Amino acid sequence: MALRGDWMYENNGGTCVAIAGIDYCVVAADTRLSVGYNILTRDHSKICSLADKVVLASSGFQGDIRALHKNLAARHLLYQHQHNKQMSCPAMGQLLSNTLYYKRFFPYYAFNVLGGLDNEGKGCVFTYDAVGSYERVGYSAQGSGSSLIMPVLDNQLKSPSPLLLPARDAVTPLSETEAVDLVKDVFASATERDIYTGDKLEIVVINASGIKREYLELRKD
Amino acid sequence: MGRMTELPTKGGFSFDLCTRNDMLLKNGLQMPPFRKTGTTIVGLVFQDGVVLGADTRATEGPIVADKNFEKIHFMAPNIYCCGAGTAADTEAVTDMVSSQLQLHRYATGRESRVVTALTLLKSHLFSYQGHVSAALVLGGFDVTGPHLHTVYPHGSTDTLPFATMGSGSLAAMSVFESKYREGLTREEGIELVAEAICAGIFNDLGSGSNVDVCVITEGKTEYLRNYQLPNPRTYISSKGYTFVKGQTEVLSTKITSIQPKVEAVEGGDAMEE
Repeated sequence: MALRGDWMYENNGGTCVAIAGIDYCVVAADTRLSVGYNILTRDHSKICSLADKVVLASSGFQGDIRALHKNLAARHLLYQHQHNKQMSCPAMGQLLSNTLYYKRFFPYYAFNVLGGLDNEGKGCVFTYDAVGSYERVGYSAQGSGSSLIMPVLDNQLKSPSPLLLPARDAVTPLSETEAVDLVKDVFASATERDIYTGDKLEIVVINASGIKREYLELRKD
Repeated sequence: MGRMTELPTKGGFSFDLCTRNDMLLKNGLQMPPFRKTGTTIVGLVFQDGVVLGADTRATEGPIVADKNFEKIHFMAPNIYCCGAGTAADTEAVTDMVSSQLQLHRYATGRESRVVTALTLLKSHLFSYQGHVSAALVLGGFDVTGPHLHTVYPHGSTDTLPFATMGSGSLAAMSVFESKYREGLTREEGIELVAEAICAGIFNDLGSGSNVDVCVITEGKTEYLRNYQLPNPRTYISSKGYTFVKGQTEVLSTKITSIQPKVEAVEGGDAMEE
């Protein structure tokens, strides 16, 4: 932990997941905030509602994440004033990528997953690295538990190989309830084996009728 | 007597490979991580004996390697030892001293004493200069009464009425410092130990899962494995998972048949040469 004078970052742990469906998007993150072997709080949201149909979940250094979310929310407000409409998910996706790359040489220590509905109302998930490389995918996991969760999602959501032609749609045919059930189970499993994931799970579902929030208790040890 | 008499075996490590290891590290070798126990371990003395407690999580960095690991080790029928630090080290050192104590019991015809275990542990750890990363809480009841000691990786020891070790030691000690008093009853002692371990389990990320307790009194030892299970899994999908054959995408197939090996057998047995 911060023993060197020049180390500017801290990892506050946590895991984020997003799954895109035919007409919905599920974004979930645990609510544990930790430093080293200590828990700072069991009740900290990693999810930020950026627009009507756009939700961002980030794990990593919460100082940078707060700043990043604030930055994007401000940019969204400007966009609304200039264009008289809400930003679409793909537009926000590009904005986030540019914002991250802007700080290429002093990065935001943030591992992001952006979820929402695209202009056609279909589920839309973008996954990022710390400096803005992004890709539209059917589902993604980022954070301390990501390597525990991704293989399970790969198996269950049957992502078609990008090597196959013609290119197949990545959104899952699962229903909203089935996707939420999968997210809950996958987080309960990650909590068993990752010490930084736990306490509570916040699940946000975006569909045509708006944004809905749900919570699930996780192991607190 | 032409040959030199054999030197007595020396204790401690052989440091012959140190230069080679340094060279490997310089050339970019990643040493494999040790499995550490994270851990909260405690012990306290009550009116009739000692109570030992431990959590059950073993970690490898940020991953839980074992959710129900036994950290209370057998030393003698009347002596048990909790271990924190590198799992292999705590296992090895307690197993070794336990065997030495048994041989000593046969040689002396007497029940083992806690100070014997203590001396064997501390001299072993000191000779390894802290490289054997074992931090122990040793407790037992012998002819001289109840005893509780802590042993540090470099070989120092303390004799205490209540003790905690491991990454969760501060959380557990906060409970002991608030609630410990002399002359606790058995039930009070067990409850206090369980409370201290739970403080470690919930507030320290290196500790977790279940509470193990061991109560040692005159002539009787009770090993209460999984005394409390305060962390059940919170959610399990009722749908379950099925893994049908052929789930892994096959992109291409190439079959190469194995050529039968032609053996030229010459006379004679190859091994005889």
